Amino acid sequence: MAKLILNRLSKSFEMGGRPAVNDVSLTVREGGFLALLGPSGCGKTTVLRMIAGFEQPTDGSILLGERVLADAGEMVPPEHRNMAMVFQSYALWPHMSVTENVGYPLKVRGVSREKRQRKVAEALAAVRLESYANRRPADLSGGQRQRVALARCLVTEPDVVLLDEPLANLDRHLRQEMEETFREFHARSGATMIYVTHDQAEAMALATDVAVMSEGRLLQVATPEEIYARPEGRLVGGLVGQGAVLSLASPHDDKRLLDWPAMQAMLAKSRSGPAADVLVRPQDVEVVPNGIPATVLSVLFEGERYALRLALPDGQTLRAFSRQPAKAGDVLEVAIHSAWRL
Amino acid sequence: MTRASHRGNSQPRWLFPFVITVIFFLSVLPLGRLAVTGIASAMQGGARQMLGDPGVWQAAYNTLFTSFFGMIAAVLLGGGFALLLTLFDIRGKTALGFLFMLPTMIPPQVTALSWIGMTGPSSTLLKAIGLAPPLGSPQPLYSIGGIALLYGVQNAPLVYLSLRAGLLALPRDGVEAARLAGASSWQVLRDVILPLSLPGLAAGAAIAFVSCVGNFGIPAILGIPASIYTLPTLIYSKFASFGPGTFGDVSLLSALIAILSIAGLAVEERVLRGRDYRVIGLSGQVAVFRLGSWRRMAELGLWLTIFVILFMPLTALVASSLAPAYGVPLSTSTATLHAYREILFRQAVTRTAFTNSIGLSLGTAFGLLVVTVLTGYFLVRGKSRFTRVISALAEIPYALPGIVLAVAFILLFAAPIPIIGVSIYGTIWIILIAYFSSFFAVSLKPVVSAFRQVDPSLEEAARLAGAGFGRRLRDILVPLVAPAAGASVILVFLIACNELTISALLWSAGTQTLGVAIYNLDDSGSFNLASALSVLVVVMVVAMMIVLELMAKRLPKGVVPWRS
Ligand SMILES: Nc1ncnc2c1ncn2[C@@H]1O[C@H](COP(=O)(O)OP(=O)(O)O)[C@@H](O)[C@H]1O
Ligand SMILES: [Mg+2]
Repeated sequence: MAKLILNRLSKSFEMGGRPAVNDVSLTVREGGFLALLGPSGCGKTTVLRMIAGFEQPTDGSILLGERVLADAGEMVPPEHRNMAMVFQSYALWPHMSVTENVGYPLKVRGVSREKRQRKVAEALAAVRLESYANRRPADLSGGQRQRVALARCLVTEPDVVLLDEPLANLDRHLRQEMEETFREFHARSGATMIYVTHDQAEAMALATDVAVMSEGRLLQVATPEEIYARPEGRLVGGLVGQGAVLSLASPHDDKRLLDWPAMQAMLAKSRSGPAADVLVRPQDVEVVPNGIPATVLSVLFEGERYALRLALPDGQTLRAFSRQPAKAGDVLEVAIHSAWRL
Repeated sequence: MTRASHRGNSQPRWLFPFVITVIFFLSVLPLGRLAVTGIASAMQGGARQMLGDPGVWQAAYNTLFTSFFGMIAAVLLGGGFALLLTLFDIRGKTALGFLFMLPTMIPPQVTALSWIGMTGPSSTLLKAIGLAPPLGSPQPLYSIGGIALLYGVQNAPLVYLSLRAGLLALPRDGVEAARLAGASSWQVLRDVILPLSLPGLAAGAAIAFVSCVGNFGIPAILGIPASIYTLPTLIYSKFASFGPGTFGDVSLLSALIAILSIAGLAVEERVLRGRDYRVIGLSGQVAVFRLGSWRRMAELGLWLTIFVILFMPLTALVASSLAPAYGVPLSTSTATLHAYREILFRQAVTRTAFTNSIGLSLGTAFGLLVVTVLTGYFLVRGKSRFTRVISALAEIPYALPGIVLAVAFILLFAAPIPIIGVSIYGTIWIILIAYFSSFFAVSLKPVVSAFRQVDPSLEEAARLAGAGFGRRLRDILVPLVAPAAGASVILVFLIACNELTISALLWSAGTQTLGVAIYNLDDSGSFNLASALSVLVVVMVVAMMIVLELMAKRLPKGVVPWRS
């Protein structure tokens, strides 16, 4: 096993058209769990399919350790990459039983029958599907099918496991259960995993590293904590956490973590000069006496608290949590205890 | 590990050259050869000479006349059935639909024989019930009108299918909206449904016309005895009296047929292109209108029609096949299986025909399947720019009348094959190759529909599992398209086994097919033997149609040609 390197990877589907993937460079450490996060249509699947070998890069290269898997001229076919993939549609072969599905990669590799049976049994035990071994995929629920697909990845001890929005077709309850299964799977197999999702909560919960993409470009790669605390740029800031991005007059220093006095100073200044984007998370906004005035636009009761949408005097919107109910139209005074300059 | 230079697609490198080679030999080469001969002959004054030949004019006129009226009859019959069975609350629709589809699957020469057995002075059936016209009175079907009528019966199912497909695709909410707007059933039918279903009807009429133009079996049996020639039978007779100018003449005649067919197909293409409204709104089941007190009448009419166009001719055919010695009227005590014994056990000619036809059909069905699975995979999964051209080229040989294709293969193989110097003219191989070419599209269609239904990720998962192309084909793709492949084999077998047009031109002693044997038996006056052979053919057709009907649920839509 070795680290997976994407080197200035690009892909255009049409000649001269807007590239679906644009100059993406990324290193996934051996045994890492990388979440590829971004809005729908930003090119995540295309990156994944290039890693798997289903698409050829139009520029750049993909390396596994020293070995070049693909560049614009040549590529190793998927058959020879020792990778595995969990598809959004599960991609189980309907004419094979669960056992046959899981055992097929071993069969292709010419593994003996006894060894195959043992490994399949192990893999099915790992996803807790022992008692379904002889069923057909059609007779399984969505979550069970996804676990069969995972078991199929498990048997061959692949170098890299690719997952393309594997939870998108499942209901919320099953998602939590499956997230747990993925984590276990990662710990057990030690494989490098790349997990594509458009759900930031899922990415944060599962991965050791998060890479954020938008319109084919890679915006930031960091640990979930880092991405959350120190996002780079308006797009990442808007995508991670439920924060609001304010456009304020630029301060004179280049401090990025802003406290309430710094925020007060920036809010007070007129916005005619150069502007800075500032990320404000709802939990950092507090209703206090003598803060800045904010008009309540809407209120959503979330059970343990109220989620408010507020408008500042200049019309920019903020989100905040409150324990007290409020009505649309109320004017509150709020303080912003912490903000992050993007 | 090797660094294969391998594009992102999943196909092995030999697949594209393979498909191109197949298309070249099955479509481009024979049709190109025909075009070259035709043009060369036209340049050498063949065209002028042909235009001066009144026989050609007469045949062209006969072809157009019979095809036009055949088309009208097909539209009346098929259109009526489609409207009644699709829009109204008729009982027993499935049975009626299946029975109505039968004539198109029964070979034309058998249809012609069975109708002859039903009419005229020598009809065993009429004689048995004492209704036969006096000896010496003419056989009414040996005429232009007779040919046109049987064209209508044979091709009515084509109109039925096309119109029915159009009706089933009608936007249901459009019909419901018209109803809510206060329109009566009759008004909805007149103002909404019929105008919207016109393209389906027109397309069906065009296909029926093309099919009539290329028909050989019916005018061969009904026309030749009365010296009425259509273009296909004229080609046949030119070969029978082979001369130095024959190749030039027949290539020009085939070109004429091809042009008529292409004109018909172009009409179909045009009217169907206007059907964009299909995608608007829900479609599916059309509202079923109640016939009320008219229902009984309508059902009676439908069954009566089936009785006249199907049961009566087939009964006559069976009667003819059981006919005792000449002059003895048929009754339960005089009926004899002599004819069956003769064709099955005594006559070497018919036994050879059975062997040939079954062998050719099996060879074509399974051989083509291998080719079409690979071609279908290429067409569906391929990212090639040529897929559209290749699909079109694969369709052409089947769209063209068989007689045109047969002429093309004669021209191609009349001389020994260059380089290897072997001549396959007059052997069974030329028929086999012509069958491959002609039925390529029949075999391809179910396979392509099945491949389209296979989620690409199923194959991608197999690739990541480490399976190469051959392995994926065997373990994943072929099992997934197996039902359609089965249907493809049965369909090709069914059509090839009943085929007459191609083999009529390509056979020689020892390579006759069932179609040829039936025709020759009739031609030599052994009407009872021809009828017995035809009965066996009909039994086989019905059996295979029933098998396909039973498989239909497991097949992609559109695979079984008579279901929509
Ligand atoms: N096979 C393809 N042919 C042409 N365009 C494609 C193809 N696959 C993806 N695209 C385009 O590339 C862009 C990125 O798509 P994708 O990688 O599927 O996004 P994501 O998975 O992030 O939703 C989209 O604009 C999409 O339309
Ligand atoms: Mg995607």
